[in-house]
Amino acid sequence: MLIDWFTVGAQLLNFLILVWLMKRFLYQPVLDAIASREAKIAAELKDAADTKAKAHQQQDEFERKNQAFDEQRDALLSKATEEANAQRLRLLAEARQAAEAASVARAKALVTEKQRLHAEIVRRTQRQVYDISRRVLGDLASVSLEQRACEVFIQRLQALEGTTLDALTAALKSTTEGESALVRSAFRLPDAQRASIQAALNELLGQPLTLTFESDPELVTGIELSAKGVKLAWSIAEYLDALAASLKKPLLTTERA
Amino acid sequence: MRLTPDAWIFWQYGFFKLNATIVFTWALMTVLVLGAALITRRLATGHQRSRWQNLLEIVVTAIVGQINDVGLQQPHRYLSFLGTLFLFIAAAALATVIPGYEPPTASLSTTVALALCVLVAVPLFGIWGQGLAGYLKSYMQPTPIMLPFNLISEASRTLALAVRLFGNMMSGAMIIAILLSITPFVFPIVMTLLGLLTGMVQAYIFTILAAVYIAAATRRSKAANAPSSTPDT
Repeated sequence: MLIDWFTVGAQLLNFLILVWLMKRFLYQPVLDAIASREAKIAAELKDAADTKAKAHQQQDEFERKNQAFDEQRDALLSKATEEANAQRLRLLAEARQAAEAASVARAKALVTEKQRLHAEIVRRTQRQVYDISRRVLGDLASVSLEQRACEVFIQRLQALEGTTLDALTAALKSTTEGESALVRSAFRLPDAQRASIQAALNELLGQPLTLTFESDPELVTGIELSAKGVKLAWSIAEYLDALAASLKKPLLTTERA
Repeated sequence: MRLTPDAWIFWQYGFFKLNATIVFTWALMTVLVLGAALITRRLATGHQRSRWQNLLEIVVTAIVGQINDVGLQQPHRYLSFLGTLFLFIAAAALATVIPGYEPPTASLSTTVALALCVLVAVPLFGIWGQGLAGYLKSYMQPTPIMLPFNLISEASRTLALAVRLFGNMMSGAMIIAILLSITPFVFPIVMTLLGLLTGMVQAYIFTILAAVYIAAATRRSKAANAPSSTPDT
């Protein structure tokens, strides 16, 4: 008999025990491990998907911020450009104004310098004319220029008439001891000339007059009588004015041509 | 010469006996359970795992895949039974390379025990899945006349399972034993290799047939329930 029923029963029991043991030690742990790994992989995939979504979100945010930054930068740049242009225009205007002011100041300085030069030329010319005249008079007529000037002044005094004479007479008469009439000359008048002038004025007024004599080199050659704001003068400057007028004429003619 | 390891008795006391079939079965059980316990003691759940764990996972997932291919919808439910059938028969065949070993599956007692397990398991799984009435109805399909034929079919296929496995394993062991006595060199090695192949094929066939029977029982009961449930709804 090939079948031993005790062995069949024992093997049946053995097999059932083996089924339970294998389930306990093999299938369940392995299946659990596989399930756990799958769960872990699923969780990792979910994490990865979440991370990816987050990364996408952050990328979008970054791009948005970047765009905003670009726009802000462009706005700032255009604003800065406008400000720079405005500043440039302002600086140019200021520079132009400064240049104009400098030009005006220069022109004014030129005018001033011209006037100063003109005055200096006039003064030197007077001095030269005075020197020449004195020498010529001395050489030709043996008369001093001062003496001759005094004579001419007296002649002019005597030749006065009309309103000029009346004004001068009134002024001279109103002088007092403290505020006497003043005779100024470029040179110191000799006593003879002083006496001549005193005599001529006394004669003109018909009464004695108190005179004060002063010398002033600025007058160049000339004598000036002043009393109470009225003046009578003779000087070489009058001739020089005439000379200047006569010199200007040809110059003006030349410029017009 | 022993036709079956049942005849190799180590100890006997009346009806109780300790023969080679039982001893080698215990040895195989010890090796399988200890190996599984040792390997599954520290299972890694991460991406890095040991090669032994990989081996076990490949074996288990391959069995699950085969069960699924047969048509069973919830393979994990049948894994313990069908997987243990396959591993036990395969291990018994593989161990034939050890000198002095005789496979327990070369004993008709063992194969009958395994076939009886299948005989009981098929209706159990059928009832577990579909209920007692549903399963019993399946024996009267397509007509009640088929009841005796269905019962004969159940008995004959269980016998066929037992005898097929016994015949193949016993013949393999017998051929090797005979060849060893005639030509001690080369041929026994070739036949041993062939025996390994035959053993693996038999393990596969036994397991797949059991799975097919279970699947057939489940599907048949589903088919029987489907038309009756439709008019009720």
